[in-house]
Amino acid sequence: MHFSRVPSMTLAIVAAIALIGCGQKEEPKPQAAAPVAPPPKPEIVVKLGHVAPLTGPQAHLGKDNENGAMMAIEELNAKALEIGGAKIKFELLPEDDQADPKQGTIVAQKLVDAKVNGVIGHLNSGTTIPASKLYFDAGIPQISGSATNPKYTEQGFSTAFRVMANDVQQGKVLGDYAAKQLAAKTVAIIDDRSAYGQGLADEFEKAVVAAGGKVATREFTTDKATDFAAILTKIKSKKPEVVFYGGMDAQGGPMAKQMKTLGLKAKFLTGDGGCTPEFIKLGGDATEGQYCSLPGVPLDQMPGGKAFGDKFTAKYGQIQLYAPYVYDAVMVMADAMKRANSVESAKFLPEIGKTDYQGVTTKINFDEKGDLKNGAISMYQVKAGKWEYLETIGGSPVEAAKAAVAEAAGAIKEAAKDAATTTGEAAKEVAKDGVKAAADAVKAAADATKAAVEKK
Amino acid sequence: MDIFVQQIINGLVLGSIYALVALGYTMVYGIMGLINFAHGEVVMIGAMVAITVIKLLADSGLPGVVIVLIGLFAAAVACMAVGFTIERVAYRPLRKAPKLAPLITAIGVSIVLQNVAMLVWGRNYHSFPPILPTSQHEILGATITSLQVAIVLIAALTMAGLMLLVHRTRLGRAMRATSENPAIAQLMGVDIDRIISLTFVIGSALAALAGLMVSANYSIAHYYMGFILGLKAFTAAVLGGIGNLAGAMLGGILLGLIESLGAGYIGDLTGGFLGSHYQDVFAFFVLICVLVFRPSGLVGEKVAERA
Repeated sequence: MHFSRVPSMTLAIVAAIALIGCGQKEEPKPQAAAPVAPPPKPEIVVKLGHVAPLTGPQAHLGKDNENGAMMAIEELNAKALEIGGAKIKFELLPEDDQADPKQGTIVAQKLVDAKVNGVIGHLNSGTTIPASKLYFDAGIPQISGSATNPKYTEQGFSTAFRVMANDVQQGKVLGDYAAKQLAAKTVAIIDDRSAYGQGLADEFEKAVVAAGGKVATREFTTDKATDFAAILTKIKSKKPEVVFYGGMDAQGGPMAKQMKTLGLKAKFLTGDGGCTPEFIKLGGDATEGQYCSLPGVPLDQMPGGKAFGDKFTAKYGQIQLYAPYVYDAVMVMADAMKRANSVESAKFLPEIGKTDYQGVTTKINFDEKGDLKNGAISMYQVKAGKWEYLETIGGSPVEAAKAAVAEAAGAIKEAAKDAATTTGEAAKEVAKDGVKAAADAVKAAADATKAAVEKK
Repeated sequence: MDIFVQQIINGLVLGSIYALVALGYTMVYGIMGLINFAHGEVVMIGAMVAITVIKLLADSGLPGVVIVLIGLFAAAVACMAVGFTIERVAYRPLRKAPKLAPLITAIGVSIVLQNVAMLVWGRNYHSFPPILPTSQHEILGATITSLQVAIVLIAALTMAGLMLLVHRTRLGRAMRATSENPAIAQLMGVDIDRIISLTFVIGSALAALAGLMVSANYSIAHYYMGFILGLKAFTAAVLGGIGNLAGAMLGGILLGLIESLGAGYIGDLTGGFLGSHYQDVFAFFVLICVLVFRPSGLVGEKVAERA
């Protein structure tokens, strides 16, 4: 055959070309969407860059982030803000980093060249960390709504902020939760080798060991994989009580399902990346009873959170994950501009550090590194095919107290309702349980309040 | 022991899927000497169409198996149309061009299909409705679901059927003739345009079947799923000897087993020095070794002689 002389070489070239070809996928043209009509009155256009993966396996999360940012921008523009005597018009420059660190720096440079006033993003820690240096060198403030790897703010960049608790906080809560609440003596850990997944898994491991637990095995996958049978089979042979996954929902869901198929009965625990409706959709009934954590407090318990949720859902459909955080990130940046009375990066940057803003996810204050102060972590569990809020750990004690009181009120109401519909012994039993639950919750609230007072 | 058996089963299921996709690569390569990089995307389209149809019919009250068969039929028709169109639009005009040109259009088609799928089905993941009755079975202490048994059996039957088609029918003879020498085949009265079109159509039907299997087994479909799957299947085809049907099957099953055993044992064998993230490294290491000693793949010799 005429092409058989150098088949291996041809194939190597072919493979190389394939890889190159696939590395350079289409890029959205952000400028195309931007209005070009010149403003009639003197008006300053504030350009905010937004970066998230809009193609590839995490595109659904990236689009969700972008929608969150877009909603904030639209609300800000509707308010017709005036800063430094000029009318302000915000404009979003959405970029796609494909969740790839290399691509992350390329689009970061693009935003720097476009002289954006600030950057919202990126979504993944793996892309945020290398990009943050470019923004720092250019003096552009950056607020990420979802990059949780501690390294991001540990580099000493004055421009780097995040509105979400970092993985040290989250990993510790998760590890404690596995060792104490779930009473696990041995755990198995899987991560996707991304900066986020690996970082969170490392912190989880530390916390489990600190709490006296044992790590039976540590396994790895990628953020593009769909088959986990091999590593799960190995994990099954080690008989852990909890399997922890540091990674995103697109792997977490199928992983939970394959655990069930293989008859691996350990509890499944994952971080914020898996805390999505997508996780349940992909994992099916195998996700029932599994756990996840998410920084912040549940949206419906936050002032303005419910309204945000309704508005977002009406406009873009179901919230995937980080949209509210990204929304807050944009608002925090706009808030700093207002206080600085300037949209120049150098002038409003110092104001971001002084932020004291009530967002839809939590109350936002930054520490000296740019991390969220008092980052609370909430635990969720799948019940009847939905993520149900369990409890909030850490963070502001006042918030925790508020949540506990709300829970107590709910428990009392439940109990009353149950009591009204049942009769005789059953009613008494139900009422007793309800009152007990309520009493526990009130006690928790009291403890939390006490802690708050002591702290003050 | 039961863990070892389980890993073999995991590998067989994964390998059957790889093998089925690899057949598509190898058929086209065998006939035209072209690597159809869009094949992974055809698999993805198959999965997407099947899931869409199955979701539409999920509440119709028909038995699950019937719904899945209708889904498969729709997916096969859609994929055949896509495969036929790809060949007509992207490859046929370049048949006389240097080998690199159709390769570039193949990559282009792959990107186009991916983005079209993203526009049609969105960026979200799609889950396979749980309409198939699945039961778990124990074999030597390992677990296998009825769905996985079905996947391995259907893949094996399909491959056997394809072998019969190529080696025992008139169409198969024409395909082999085209593969050996298109010009002479044409002189002998073989309508090579038709044969090449048919090859694409058959390969695409296999892709539809593979797409349905992948999405049913992992209950997941996404516009991006074809890329990695395509790359793995292409590797499997090369491992077995691209252009050779038996090679694609062997390569697919082997790659599945290597990945599964690699991920399962590499950590323990090296005392934790190498972990399961070396699963792909391990698989490609085996591929390199095979190519060093047998440059045309495990069973690739025959094709080279014949063509």
